[in-house]
Amino acid sequence: MFANFAVPDFFPAAPEIFLLAMTCVILLLDLTVQSPRRTLTFALTQATLLGCALLTLFLFVTRLIASQEYSHIEIIANYTFSNMFIDDGLADFLKLLTYFTVMATLFYSRRYIEDRQAIPRGEYYVLALFATLGMMVMISANHFLTIYLGLELLSLALYATVALNRASATATEAAMKYFVLGALASGMLLYGMSMLYGATHGALEIGAVAEQLRAYQELGSVDKTALVFGLVFIVAGLAFKLGVVPFHMWLPDVYHGAPTSVTLLIAAAPKLAAFAMTVRLLVSGMLDLSADWRAMLMLLAVLSMAVGNIVAIMQTNIKRMLAYSAISHMGFMLLGLAAGVSVAGQQHGLMEAYSASMFYVVTYVLTTLAAFGLMMLLAREGFESDRLDDFKGLNKRSPWFAAMMMILMLSMAGIPFFVGFFAKFAVLRAVVDFGHYWLAIAAVLFSLIGAFYYLRVIKIMYFDEPEADNAAPITAGFFTKTLVSANSLAVAAVGLFPNLLLGICNASLRGVLPKI
Amino acid sequence: MSYPLLSLAIWIPVAAGIIVLSTGSDRNAGLARILALAGAMLGFVVTLPLYVGFDTTTAAMQFVESSVWIPNFNIHYRLGVDGISVLFVLLNSLITVFVVLAGWQVIKRKIAQYNAAFLIMSGLMNGIFCALDGMLFYVFFEASLIPLYLIIGIWGGPNRVYAAIKFFLYTLLGSLLFLLALIYLFNVSGSFSILEWHDLRIPQNAQIWLFLAFLMAFAVKVPMFPVHTWLPDAHVEAPTGGSVVLAAIALKLGAYGFLRFSLPIAPDAAHELTWLMIALSLIAVVYIGFVALAQKDMKKLVAYSSISHMGFVTLGFFMLSALSVEGALVQMISHGFVSAAMFLCIGVLYDRMHSRQIADYGGVVNTMPKFAALFMLFAMANAGLPATSGFVGEFMVILAAVKFNFWIGFAAATTLILGAAYTLWMYKRVVFGAMTNDPVRELVDLNRREFLILALLALCVLGMGLYPQPFTEVMHVSVDNLLKHVALPKY
Repeated sequence: MFANFAVPDFFPAAPEIFLLAMTCVILLLDLTVQSPRRTLTFALTQATLLGCALLTLFLFVTRLIASQEYSHIEIIANYTFSNMFIDDGLADFLKLLTYFTVMATLFYSRRYIEDRQAIPRGEYYVLALFATLGMMVMISANHFLTIYLGLELLSLALYATVALNRASATATEAAMKYFVLGALASGMLLYGMSMLYGATHGALEIGAVAEQLRAYQELGSVDKTALVFGLVFIVAGLAFKLGVVPFHMWLPDVYHGAPTSVTLLIAAAPKLAAFAMTVRLLVSGMLDLSADWRAMLMLLAVLSMAVGNIVAIMQTNIKRMLAYSAISHMGFMLLGLAAGVSVAGQQHGLMEAYSASMFYVVTYVLTTLAAFGLMMLLAREGFESDRLDDFKGLNKRSPWFAAMMMILMLSMAGIPFFVGFFAKFAVLRAVVDFGHYWLAIAAVLFSLIGAFYYLRVIKIMYFDEPEADNAAPITAGFFTKTLVSANSLAVAAVGLFPNLLLGICNASLRGVLPKI
Repeated sequence: MSYPLLSLAIWIPVAAGIIVLSTGSDRNAGLARILALAGAMLGFVVTLPLYVGFDTTTAAMQFVESSVWIPNFNIHYRLGVDGISVLFVLLNSLITVFVVLAGWQVIKRKIAQYNAAFLIMSGLMNGIFCALDGMLFYVFFEASLIPLYLIIGIWGGPNRVYAAIKFFLYTLLGSLLFLLALIYLFNVSGSFSILEWHDLRIPQNAQIWLFLAFLMAFAVKVPMFPVHTWLPDAHVEAPTGGSVVLAAIALKLGAYGFLRFSLPIAPDAAHELTWLMIALSLIAVVYIGFVALAQKDMKKLVAYSSISHMGFVTLGFFMLSALSVEGALVQMISHGFVSAAMFLCIGVLYDRMHSRQIADYGGVVNTMPKFAALFMLFAMANAGLPATSGFVGEFMVILAAVKFNFWIGFAAATTLILGAAYTLWMYKRVVFGAMTNDPVRELVDLNRREFLILALLALCVLGMGLYPQPFTEVMHVSVDNLLKHVALPKY
């Protein structure tokens, strides 16, 4: 019965296996750690992530060497577990970014959760690791089921982290909302996948789906009803995970209700995984249906930019404001994915459009990371620093961090020389390149509306007087301060020299388009 | 010897700004001021060789620098100046010195940040005038909004927040559509080089759209009627230095954009839309002139007078003759000196009285005779009196306008009457007459610092009025070349 069973090649999944093993070890070790600071748990967690990074780098280098031996022009991708799992440029790059994002998240959150007795610490680190594992599986998924597996692992870990603060009613409410809506979205995604499974004669592997769709394309008159029906559900599921309108309802409440450390965990790294999932499903898998999904993405993008930017104006809580800002940014990012027209198998310009979107996501994550990091830096026991008014007169209290926050806000608003500008520029270029002028005009007009609320944060920091009760000095440690500053300055530095990152995004997406 | 003079002109002020910023709190205010002045002076000194070494016989770009910046999008760090832009680099660097001096005693809080903002802005604006790469131009164009936003918002008057945000969003609206136009040109040509765009063949229809997108950006910046409403607010609320830079340099950016982008890239659209541009310009000249007449606030009055004068500039550009374009350029430089001087004069009064209302003054000449004399000169220049710089440009443009069409010339010439009316009437109400209140009786005349700034500006105004040759000589060949270029159809 097991005659055909071959031991799979575990090597391409080494980082995932290492992470899982270490997470179990940390989970057990944490039971014995008595210190309220959980220094051991924290150190092991960071070491694990660093180890994963090294392993991923090692995998990348091995593939690089192997490619050169066979004198491939492209760097080869490794498949394993019967093609359910892929290790390619996109996976390596996004995983590395994910590790560093989570590492930074944990560094920023450390003091924040120490100050708050109600949040169990050991569990926070372990759940963050499980979430990371989920993201890694999502990024490396080459099969509908693997995608679903990774997504659920990520989501379940995040639902739990939102509710970590059991005493807080808002956190519990946010967790419930997140869970119910998230489960619904997962259901939709799964339903869409099952429709496609039927419509493609049982294809679940991304490559097989692409082949089957290509065959239909060449055949010509094939009834696409079931395909498009399934596609709608898949796009809806993706839209929920990306948090774009009209599937955005959970986002502001979860951002607001969760402790800031958890908000950052949700706001930053998972965007990378969601992007990978979108690219794998829509681009690698269903490029031949792009005429159908592009229209859907355009609608989602315009709605998100409109709702995100307009509603953000009315927020008084900076976490909610950033939530709506996230909605609008994800909408802008979708423009790049929606722009490319694949006419009769021609893929000219598609890569640029997709890598513009990727650049957008990566830089957005970098900026968000610093923004929430800064918020946690200014927070202290009993003071969340999450109202806009808490930033009043920051220039008087700390000119340095006011300048850092200004860099971040200007970058999000898309003002040069900061990286947000080049991200917007790259996407707009792709949109204009494919002739969607009205889309581009809509995008810039909504960016203009968006600029208002980012400018208002600067106004609050620079033009207003500080409130009496937030005049206490910043208590964060030197290391955190340096890290937040470096992160913010990176936003400016990548803005001055964006070429390297653009090049990496281009290169890592190279193997993603289906082969013709 | 080939120093990267343009890079120095851009980055010396920016670097100086960052150094000034690092002096930190107001305890080191003295150091911050001295460093700022040194930075501004150095920034001005490095621009002098640009004028001395400028070759007036060629229309080609000079002092060119070029290196790759973002190869992925073929964006280059390309700098160069021709006869049209070189004078603005000098003007900008000179005005920065005055601005630092003008804020010497007046600005009392966050001195380092104040001076740094001006220095950085000065560098960025030099970048706008020097950029030969569309994206580089755009990046400088937008980045220069940030320091001015902070200047108005932090050191401005009571309604400063409203004015600062209005200023920023208004200008951003225009420049975002400009960005789309740049992207379109890049997709058509595969390059961001402005000079390559000049030779690009573009269908008429696309030219019209491009022209309108450029117009959005530059008309807001100039500002032209009907998108001028941000300017009076920004001027009134800005501190004196902010008003000076805004009037003397920032407004010129839009006008410069017309010469660098609109005319050479979309010449056929420019020909087709001449009527629109001339109509808007004349409305600015005449209607805004009347609006200025009705102002009760001195700064607002000068702000409206700026709009009216800039209307003259755009009028000159779009009559497309050598005389009119050169006249408009001379008017831009002259307005740079005169408006700066006017705002500095109002600043002198405001520092003493903390009021800009004309009605609060009267009889200032009795207590401040030196000031009254200098103010008189600048008021005359603002009204376009012969022998001042204000006259030269206006006369050239009116002459060209009469040749172009008598009635346009006639309408343009009313500016002489209106300008004299609002400026001199304001002067009369502020400086002459009986001293109406005690604060005016206790006014102190100019101190040495103020006298130095105003006297230097007076020299510029008079010198340019009496002997405009050195200015027109520099721009002549470039303007001729531009007009030849514009005359050829491109589609």
